[in-house]
Amino acid sequence: MPRIVVDVMPKPEILDPQGKAIVGALPRLGFTAFSSVRQGKRFELTVDGEVTEEILAQARNAAETLLSNPVIEDVVNVEVVEA
Amino acid sequence: MTELPLIGEAVAVAAHPRLAGAKIGVVTFPGTLDDRDAARAVRLAGATPVELWHAGTTLGDVDAVVIPGGFSYGDYLRAGAIARFAPLMSKIIDAANSDAKLPVLGICNGFQILTESHLLPGSMIKNDHLKFMCRDQVLRVENNTTAWTGDYAAGQEITVPLKNQDGQYIADEKTLDALEAEGRVVFRYVGFNPNGSRRDIAGISNAPGNVVGLMPHPEHAVEAGFGPEIGSGTEGLGFFTSVLNKIVGDNK
Repeated sequence: MPRIVVDVMPKPEILDPQGKAIVGALPRLGFTAFSSVRQGKRFELTVDGEVTEEILAQARNAAETLLSNPVIEDVVNVEVVEA
Repeated sequence: MTELPLIGEAVAVAAHPRLAGAKIGVVTFPGTLDDRDAARAVRLAGATPVELWHAGTTLGDVDAVVIPGGFSYGDYLRAGAIARFAPLMSKIIDAANSDAKLPVLGICNGFQILTESHLLPGSMIKNDHLKFMCRDQVLRVENNTTAWTGDYAAGQEITVPLKNQDGQYIADEKTLDALEAEGRVVFRYVGFNPNGSRRDIAGISNAPGNVVGLMPHPEHAVEAGFGPEIGSGTEGLGFFTSVLNKIVGDNK
């Protein structure tokens, strides 16, 4: 069954406390190549049947209204992934 | 019903005779945990609390609404994000924006629900130090003209408990400047910023001042012997007496 993947990231200007904690932990494990980490969210919306334009539009709408908060987050990707 | 204090002296509140008839709704979502304390604070202030269930479709005849703290819907997705779409919330949003300007107070998770509902600007993210924090917190009342702060003096410092993990208030600079210019920063942290909130903001209001949200918990500082050890321990009671005096004033 096809899925619609929605990726949400904290806005660039917003300090991401979780990403900051992760970037602090990486060098302790020997991963020294990374200067910054930002943590986002990935949603997978499963569709029974074909993904029509109307369903994709619904997903985009849901991404902007419920899945993300435009004050602190950006929807960076909405795409269809065939199973 | 009169509340008897469990410890300490009863708090003397200058209750208007009509206050007992005032009804303040207290909303319960799945995961709300401070609704009973909020209801008790309403009773101690001299009014009658009314239980409101998140799935309800009417506010009845309440004169004001408190959205208490807790972890509605487990804070899944974002704190307050799912609660914001509860059936009762649309009624509260309409009533808060109506000409009647229903007074609404959001405490902690209630504040997060009010920002997700767009009744208040900005948002809350995880504390800058990433840890849950619980402490007695000093706040300065920056605006005593809102529906919930009229019984305080401007600039008065009060101590109430604070307990949160996602308490870092943020908004863009333009929004912060507008809040400051319009006097809508209602409370500021004093001495110590417990969560990295922009400009030490602890609470804000909407433009008319009927909707107020804050992260600290005034409903836990209403009864001698149970509140903070700094100050009188009952410095949160003014929120609830303020709104009652406002309701009585409006009904003169």
